[in-house]
Amino acid sequence: MSIRLHNVAKTFGKPGRGQTRALEPVNLDIHDGELVGLLGPSGSGKTTLLRIIAGLESADREPAGRILFGERDVTQVHVRDRRIGFVFQHYALFRHMTVFDNVAFGLTVLPRKQRPSSGEIRTRVLRLLEMVQLEAFAGRYPAQLSGGQQQRVSLARALALRPDVLLLDEPFGALDAKVRQELRRWLRHLHDELNFTSVFVTHDQEEALELSDRVVVMSNGRIEQIDTPDALYRAPANRFVFEFLGDVNHLEGEVRDGVLTCGDAQLAVELPDGPEELLLRPHEVRLTETPSAEAQLPVTVTSISPVGAEVRVELEADWLSAPWLATVRHADFERLALARGQRLYAVPRRWHRFPAAAVRSGQRHPEAVS
Amino acid sequence: MITLASLAGSAPKRVLPGFGLSLGISLTFVSLVLLLPLTGLFGQLAGVSLAEYWAIITEGRVVASYLVTIGAAAVAALINAAFGLLLAWVLVRYAFPGKRLLDALMDLPFALPTAVAGITLATLYSSNGWMGQLLEPLGLEVAYTWVGIALAMAFTSIPFVVRTVQPVLEDLPHEVDEAAMTLGARDGVAFRRVILPHLWPALVTGTGLAFVRSLGEFGAIIFIAGNMPYETEITALMIFVKLQEYDYAGASAIASVVLAVSLLLLLAINIWQGRFVRRLHGGNG
Repeated sequence: MSIRLHNVAKTFGKPGRGQTRALEPVNLDIHDGELVGLLGPSGSGKTTLLRIIAGLESADREPAGRILFGERDVTQVHVRDRRIGFVFQHYALFRHMTVFDNVAFGLTVLPRKQRPSSGEIRTRVLRLLEMVQLEAFAGRYPAQLSGGQQQRVSLARALALRPDVLLLDEPFGALDAKVRQELRRWLRHLHDELNFTSVFVTHDQEEALELSDRVVVMSNGRIEQIDTPDALYRAPANRFVFEFLGDVNHLEGEVRDGVLTCGDAQLAVELPDGPEELLLRPHEVRLTETPSAEAQLPVTVTSISPVGAEVRVELEADWLSAPWLATVRHADFERLALARGQRLYAVPRRWHRFPAAAVRSGQRHPEAVS
Repeated sequence: MITLASLAGSAPKRVLPGFGLSLGISLTFVSLVLLLPLTGLFGQLAGVSLAEYWAIITEGRVVASYLVTIGAAAVAALINAAFGLLLAWVLVRYAFPGKRLLDALMDLPFALPTAVAGITLATLYSSNGWMGQLLEPLGLEVAYTWVGIALAMAFTSIPFVVRTVQPVLEDLPHEVDEAAMTLGARDGVAFRRVILPHLWPALVTGTGLAFVRSLGEFGAIIFIAGNMPYETEITALMIFVKLQEYDYAGASAIASVVLAVSLLLLLAINIWQGRFVRRLHGGNG
């Protein structure tokens, strides 16, 4: 079931008394069977957007927005009649009911005519519990389960009514890193298997990029970019998206005659004269013992973290207002014999710039120096 | 001494200092304030034989007072359960001007001398009082009937329900009723099957406390009750009457019945609540 939002906005507070616009008028098309992540920092309006889709929050009357599930206009439909499944960050399980009763709840509150027989409810609930690998826990109470298990129960509960749309509000936010990884993979698997349309909210870039078919990046109640994870990372539409999706190094300076100068650092660039700010990802910084013709960026190694696939190196210099972060391969790390206090030269493999004028055009200059 | 010192040294350090001291003071306080008067009460009974005791507590007028007291207290507790729940709900779930004032007002019955409440209620509901004038033509007599007794009891005990339900309701996240709604539950169903079960232990405890409190209420009731033998006499008044006749043993005998009933009720509530709470927090109950 596709989800379409037209001109949906949300303002909190009463007119004249400290109104806040949580969501600027937003348009969004989510295709049938898609898994879409809403990504943004706190206060970006992502949860508000999700709750509006669910019907837990109503959109502003002015401008009049519309929400469509497939061809069905659900703008004025109450949450209980929207046929959605909702998963809450803190599970929101019914603590006085067993796992079985929690999952069965949606089926048991159906109007008598639509309600399946108790035998059928039983088989359906047990099948759902089997799917979330909790069939052995049917008789337990939520307090007797771990966080990850509780979230799986809450997912089974949300799926019991076979919703058209599954909405998840920071579903893994309250879990520890390892369980989070596992549940992520498992949700992706479940989504592919059952093929429902899902939207989930997260503030974790990695989670959004790993799990989603498409990611909606939001800030200050606005949608900044909607794209596949790959396109998003390679071609960020603007500076906010670029900075939000990973660590960023800044290089500010003055361009004159094709050379950017900043203190005793110099970098050859093909840019018009004037003040300039360049942005680099940590993996786009190469470290050498001698300066190259194009780049003379002397830096000092201040800290080294050799954990993981790559070595993370922190660099400082007089001409830098904030330290840089560079990632180098373990082989290079050994070849350069990196140590704290060592003086080296940084060479950008590539850099990005987002001129203030070209706010949403997504300008990007690949391979200034190779 | 050596073993004692080594024992003390090997014991794991407690976070709160002076376990022995604090427990000692607590026990002394409980003994002086609670247990000593209770012991005194039973001491008074020493001179009474079992047959005499039985005769005192089953005397017709006294038994009638039990029925009046328990009946009125039950009605008051049930009314308080309904309205206390509503008040707690309104205080927790909605924002409105004057909310703080209403919240503070809830404690008034605790703070007000019960006799003041009694006199006020009696003047209000007597046949020439404001409310009494309105109600009498409708054939509803409040003052000097058991209705008045129940009213006075409800007045003095409403905070018990509100103040026990309120914190539990505050702890109940909105998400739980939102979850019920996303699963298609109508408001009534969500309240009955999701919210009420959460509040149930607190509500029963609060109602139980209100009931027990009503059993022993004296000051607020005697002014409005009319105190007609066999009809509107409460048990607390029977104790007072015995005392005025210098019949200490008789007074103690009746008091012991009230005490026993109250204690049993409190104990039952505690045990029942313990089982319920264990389930919520992961026991096997």
